[in-house]
Amino acid sequence: MNQYEVTFIVDPVLSNDEIEATSKSYQDLISNEDCTIVHVNRMGLKQLAYPINRRSSGVYYCVEFNGDKGGIIPKMELALRRDERIMRFLTVKLDKYGVKYNEDKRAGKIGTVKKKEEKKDDNRRGGRNDRNKSASKPAPAKPAVDKPATPAPAAKPAPAVAAAPVAATPVAAAATAKSEEE
Amino acid sequence: MAATRDEIKFLSNPNIGGREKKYCRFKKYNIRHIDYKDPDFLTQFVNSQGKILPRRITGNSLKYQKKVAVAVKRARHLSLMPYVTDLLK
Repeated sequence: MNQYEVTFIVDPVLSNDEIEATSKSYQDLISNEDCTIVHVNRMGLKQLAYPINRRSSGVYYCVEFNGDKGGIIPKMELALRRDERIMRFLTVKLDKYGVKYNEDKRAGKIGTVKKKEEKKDDNRRGGRNDRNKSASKPAPAKPAVDKPATPAPAAKPAPAVAAAPVAATPVAAAATAKSEEE
Repeated sequence: MAATRDEIKFLSNPNIGGREKKYCRFKKYNIRHIDYKDPDFLTQFVNSQGKILPRRITGNSLKYQKKVAVAVKRARHLSLMPYVTDLLK
């Protein structure tokens, strides 16, 4: 027993009843072939990322079903391909993680958790990039600008700074050398 | 008089600017399945032209980078994501 998922885009120019009838006909086709429909997800009218058949939007449907060995798949795809009301379709075999994902999503577990993670990742990534920009650019520029203006106080007092990394020393050494020359 | 490293006073904190190590978010958060019907999630793995970002930038492990690539390609087929564009993000 395999679980499959077929997603297709119906022409939005059709009336609501016709769109419903289109998806219903494929659900019938699937259930007539000894397959059990697990879930039908009407994703609704969506804007397409690029035009298909000169349409800029489409009605998305996603049908999950269980079937033996997938003998139905070629029949169904042939019907979808011949159908003028269908703009695009995609059939996918789900692995066990996919099945679990869809169950969790229906139960409402995934949407919230995932969004949180997305946001966290986004923030983290944005923060790190910002920090890199702000740290890497002004850091080399600052000593060069500031130190000539105030050479003596920068070099003389020097109360033990904790843990100076190797990378920073050439700049600092150059600065001290300059102040000594003066 | 040569100043030793302990005596140098830095104007900016020299510890700033270290890079955090990249990690695979799918392994870290235990995400086993990548949904191709979720273009908002997948836009994190493409650049502003809609090209799939390499592993060295996303930090994904090989296993999940492959799955991300497949998911992005499926989303493109279903017109959920563009094949070519500008200013996606």
